[in-house]
Amino acid sequence: MSVVASDTAKAPKTSKDWDMAAIAPFVALALLLVLGYFANPNFVSVANLTNVITRSAFIAIIALGATYVISSGGLDLSVGAMVAFVASLMILFMNTGAIADPMLMLIAAMLVALALGAACGLANGLITTVGKIEPFIATLGTMGIYRGLTTWLSQGGSITVRDRGLQQLYRPVYFGDVFGVPIPIIVIFATAALAAFVLYRTRYGRHLIAVGSNEEVARYSGISVQKVRTIAYIVQGLCVAVAVIIYVPRLGSTSATTGILWELQAITAVVVGGTALRGGVGRIWGTVCGAFILEIVGNIMLLSNFVSEYLIGAIQGAIIIIAMLVQRSLMRK
Amino acid sequence: MIASPAPREVSVTLSLLDASGLSKTFGIIEVLKDISLSVRAGEVHAIIGENGAGKSTLMKILAGNHQPTRGELKIDGQQVSFSGPVDAEKHGIVLVHQEILLAPDLTVAQNIYLGRELGNGIAVDDRAMNEGAAKAIHDLGADIDPNAIVSRLSIAQRQLVQIARVLLVPHRIVIFDEPTASLTPHETEALLKVITDIRAKGVGVLYISHRLPEVKEIADRVTVLRDGRLVASHDTSELEPADMARLMVGRDVAKLYPDRHAAEVREPVLQVTGFDVPGYARDAAFTLNKGEILGFAGLIGAGRTELMEGLVGLRPAKGTVSFRGKPVAFTDVHSSLKAGVAYLSEDRKGKGLLLTKDLQVNLTLASLGKFIRGLQIDRRKESDALDKAIRDFDIRTGTKTILAGQLSGGNQQKLLLAKMMMLDPQVVIIDEPTRGIDIGNKEQIYKFIAALAQEGRSIIVVSSEMPELIGICDRILVMRGGRIVGEVQGEHMTENEIVQLATGVNVGSGEAA
Repeated sequence: MSVVASDTAKAPKTSKDWDMAAIAPFVALALLLVLGYFANPNFVSVANLTNVITRSAFIAIIALGATYVISSGGLDLSVGAMVAFVASLMILFMNTGAIADPMLMLIAAMLVALALGAACGLANGLITTVGKIEPFIATLGTMGIYRGLTTWLSQGGSITVRDRGLQQLYRPVYFGDVFGVPIPIIVIFATAALAAFVLYRTRYGRHLIAVGSNEEVARYSGISVQKVRTIAYIVQGLCVAVAVIIYVPRLGSTSATTGILWELQAITAVVVGGTALRGGVGRIWGTVCGAFILEIVGNIMLLSNFVSEYLIGAIQGAIIIIAMLVQRSLMRK
Repeated sequence: MIASPAPREVSVTLSLLDASGLSKTFGIIEVLKDISLSVRAGEVHAIIGENGAGKSTLMKILAGNHQPTRGELKIDGQQVSFSGPVDAEKHGIVLVHQEILLAPDLTVAQNIYLGRELGNGIAVDDRAMNEGAAKAIHDLGADIDPNAIVSRLSIAQRQLVQIARVLLVPHRIVIFDEPTASLTPHETEALLKVITDIRAKGVGVLYISHRLPEVKEIADRVTVLRDGRLVASHDTSELEPADMARLMVGRDVAKLYPDRHAAEVREPVLQVTGFDVPGYARDAAFTLNKGEILGFAGLIGAGRTELMEGLVGLRPAKGTVSFRGKPVAFTDVHSSLKAGVAYLSEDRKGKGLLLTKDLQVNLTLASLGKFIRGLQIDRRKESDALDKAIRDFDIRTGTKTILAGQLSGGNQQKLLLAKMMMLDPQVVIIDEPTRGIDIGNKEQIYKFIAALAQEGRSIIVVSSEMPELIGICDRILVMRGGRIVGEVQGEHMTENEIVQLATGVNVGSGEAA
């Protein structure tokens, strides 16, 4: 037993410390809610909170995919540009009027978005795994490509859903609700529940964590590291597509500047949620929590008079650093 | 803090270092209890003990990495306490780590002078450092280019660079932490010579090792630790390796190697011909029979590991392999595992186990398919499998929720073996099965290997420890420079014969390269 003692002094974390790291984001969220109440009592009204969470949907859903990529030891910087690219093509598809029936057209457009998202993710995955290019560089490249193609498609302007009837039909996907719960919020939790099931309960999830934890061990255990990583990027692409599907009805249009810096917000949400950037640990519900935290901080700043809302970016930057410091100190204990 | 006076040998005049009543507690667990020992100028004092006996902790206290909970240290009769390793170095105590801690992309000279570069304060003086490094290496009786990049050196060469780096600090006491663990017999001999030279200069040497014959050969005194306590301290002349083993384990190690009955009928299971692993192994040909334990001996870099990795699809390779009479081509590990050929890497921590995950995740990682019910992993079944593995392989762990990285080396190896046996492979290739493992666990692992062969499985053991190969194998193939250069069996299985084949030095062995 003395072996165990001398080892713990060196590095490995006990399971108890990991639990602390898992709980931390939720504690932070609770503290923020209290802080928000004191800044402005209106903050905790049901109307305001549902509104805030609805707005966090895009980042939250994209960040779920980012949790997969990051847990596998990868990184995807292209997601913001991918949103703009997939949204543009989806709207252009709707504008072709290829399908007369609006409902069928809408469903087809959604499927097109999902297929495009998966294809973009597959491209990222193959470039990093088969092409053996660092994920940072590979997705920096595809970020440029997706963004550039969008700018070209929109000729620097915006792309709008032309058919009024289609727009009206599509609108509820963002603005509608089921028993008072806005649809985007339902989508967040449904996607997160599915993501959590796959990550924690299935063979693929276990393989993903193994690959992110130690690629060599995974390979020596007969796991196809390239396949596992590529699928993670495809999952990311699908999540982007889901975000696009609820983003498009919000404004009914997209432009070359859609989704700028969303990749950084998604990564922030993942890291604030307790997922290690070096891979091997994935926290789905932490990520959802992280996305809420980001949106709530912005909201509190808007509602309070102490801090200028122009400082939102600075505060979000500070949050990521603080989150990392807290994680580190929890692991050291 | 003053400890209770402990009995210790009195040799006042020559003692460089005196430790008395050293204790160390981590949390509530006492890792060291009341250890007293001395190091004299010009002696080699060996510290032996099983893994977890407290050797490393003791060395870390002496080298300033840990502070003792109780007890005192004296240098030249003056009481001292170290705030850190740098402080200990100031007192002339230096430690040669077991792991190689060098920057792989820097040159030999840059590594030797890392953190204490020579120069005028602005620019570094590469010429002076190269000369200094060349001299330091020459003093060790080695010949390594100071301009060579460390990642291109052999393990043994890297170790010498590391020693040269440590010896650059003015030193009076050098601590070696299992320096020969990854060296071949030949390299070990060279290293022991270096240590003898250091001793001749009047330096005190503390020497930690598992290899008892080596201790017998080099040490003047031996101190045995068991469960954090000092159980014996003798002049080496008074002890034989068998006595040392008994003191370490606390019982008689009657027989380290299990009895073996080689299979009567030779029934080939794996036949390999004309097998190339580009850059590492050429034209390998051998046959592995049912129920057989086949050894692979050779120096480090002879291509044994690479040949095995090529065979199971971990490396690009080509050649003819037939498994149970059918031609096969394992293009990836998945296919070889599925067919029933399992490879256990020599690098347990880097390639065998997920150290930051628990035992259950590790156990089932290669065989998750067996634990799927519907879409989900059946965790209940996984947990039951872990219970069984802990029983079958005697994995010693306090709780089942411990992380793999928290197990001792021996228990990690048992877990790795259990993990691969979940796949029920017919051929098991084990690379360095007992590296860094204490004698009690070694004995158990040999028993497991013998039992697997008894069940009719075929085993390949790759090892740099010749006594181990001789002790458990039915036949031994020897590799040199990427080729299989000979086979020994029966009465020819001697260290001498194997070394001759492995080094190609002696002519009379009747083989051609």
